[in-house]
Amino acid sequence: MAEIVSLSEGIAAVVRDGDTLAMEGFTHLIPFAAGHEIIRQHRRDLTLVRMTPDLIYDQLIGMGCASKLIFSWGGNPGVGSLHRFRDAVENSWPLPLELEEHSHAGMANRYLAGASGIPFAVLRGYVGTDLPAQTDTIRPITCPFTGEVLTAVPALSPDVTIIHAQRADRKGNVQMWGILGVQKEAVLAAKRSLITVEEIVDSLDPKPQEVVLPSFATTYVAVAPGGSHPSYAQGYSLRDNAFYTEWDAISKDRGTFLRWMEENVVRRAPAA
Amino acid sequence: MTAAYTSDEMMTVAAARQLHNGTVCFVGIGLPSAAANLARMTSAPDVVLIYESGTLGAKPDRLPLSIGDGILAETADAVVSVPEVFNYWLQPGRIDVGFLSAAQIDRYANINTTVIGTDYRHPKVRLPGAGGAPEIAASCREVVVVLRQTRRTFVDRVDFVTSVGFGRGPGDRQRLGLSGSGPRVVITDFGILSPDPETCELTLVGVHHGCTADDARAATGWPLAVAPDLATIDPPNQEELIVLRRLEATKGA
Repeated sequence: MAEIVSLSEGIAAVVRDGDTLAMEGFTHLIPFAAGHEIIRQHRRDLTLVRMTPDLIYDQLIGMGCASKLIFSWGGNPGVGSLHRFRDAVENSWPLPLELEEHSHAGMANRYLAGASGIPFAVLRGYVGTDLPAQTDTIRPITCPFTGEVLTAVPALSPDVTIIHAQRADRKGNVQMWGILGVQKEAVLAAKRSLITVEEIVDSLDPKPQEVVLPSFATTYVAVAPGGSHPSYAQGYSLRDNAFYTEWDAISKDRGTFLRWMEENVVRRAPAA
Repeated sequence: MTAAYTSDEMMTVAAARQLHNGTVCFVGIGLPSAAANLARMTSAPDVVLIYESGTLGAKPDRLPLSIGDGILAETADAVVSVPEVFNYWLQPGRIDVGFLSAAQIDRYANINTTVIGTDYRHPKVRLPGAGGAPEIAASCREVVVVLRQTRRTFVDRVDFVTSVGFGRGPGDRQRLGLSGSGPRVVITDFGILSPDPETCELTLVGVHHGCTADDARAATGWPLAVAPDLATIDPPNQEELIVLRRLEATKGA
């Protein structure tokens, strides 16, 4: 059964130096509060996994928490570059960043295989592109029934997956709705999990197109109101599109970035 | 003389005109999203918009900044997971048109969104990467590419093949087992290019009002073929411009 803990307790319990860490949320429900707590707890040498690194991994990479990134699209949606990600790849600042690069279809299927407890997934993908030559985790596979050659990608089984959701009940059952990306698969693929929520309620009345993660399938739940800002939690907040635009200028310069992180993340106390 | 519309508006309108009632369209963010919603609000009210965030049949009344803004989920016919978008909807060929953009495109319409520079480990510019593009390019029935045309973007060979157009020429898509028919049109600020039916080489088939084939040739990094019956593309009409400007004013709101 999931244990309900504070955010700082939860991060301390699940994230260790050197871990493979997935933090998912496809534009919606990105676990920023948890990412900030990882930065405050000075975790290092992480292999970060995420389809769309977004601002959250731009921050973790720029603060020196990561040594490797497994991903499929590293931009600021609708705005432009992720400057900290680019600086790490192009100039090894603050540290060299090893890349394991996939497509969205490949990443989604890797999580599916991880959640399903099988070693790899099969898809039609990558054929004719230059990605297989750079990424060792993309290999051809022959269908044993038809002889057709398809593409295999290995399961992703992170040491820990962290997501943000709308709410949980007092037993730790988690409920989320709206755009849910690959979060369910990422949680079920992981050895340990932490789910931050907007609130804990007595009972989870049904919501359209909801997904419920039963308490027995997760490790920790922590309350972090507003914990997905500047992304959003449908029913609780709106995406802060202005901040996504502002991030371009904040993150472009190393000094401006470090000052912003110091003032807005490092010296901020975590949510209760 | 001041033009009555911008080249971005011309490109968006030209892209919107590629969509028809009932077309199921995989929409990327930025210009494709503006174009797809413009089509939905003008000539093709029943176009079906699919965003890779899992929103099927989204009908936003304002332009989203990202592919996952709340307005998409709130107005969609269905919201599905990302594995489902790619495995159930894109991979089996249920999507008619995929819109793509590019940092580089080559004469066979192969697309690069990964790195500028030929050394992947030490790129001159690290671009965002593949996202959904390789499988969109492989599996949509057809692909529409929209990008500005310069000698930096229209290159003889892309530095990195992120998404396959026609590979190295005729027959390559079939050899690779790609089920879709590939890029049908490439829309630029000079005009429209289409693959030659014999050679698969991108050929200028239309120019925007006020642009010439020589302008397009000068902005292309290979000797650009020009169709003998080169068309002049209609400029945006009043309705298209009014609706598009109203949409752009709402972006990310």
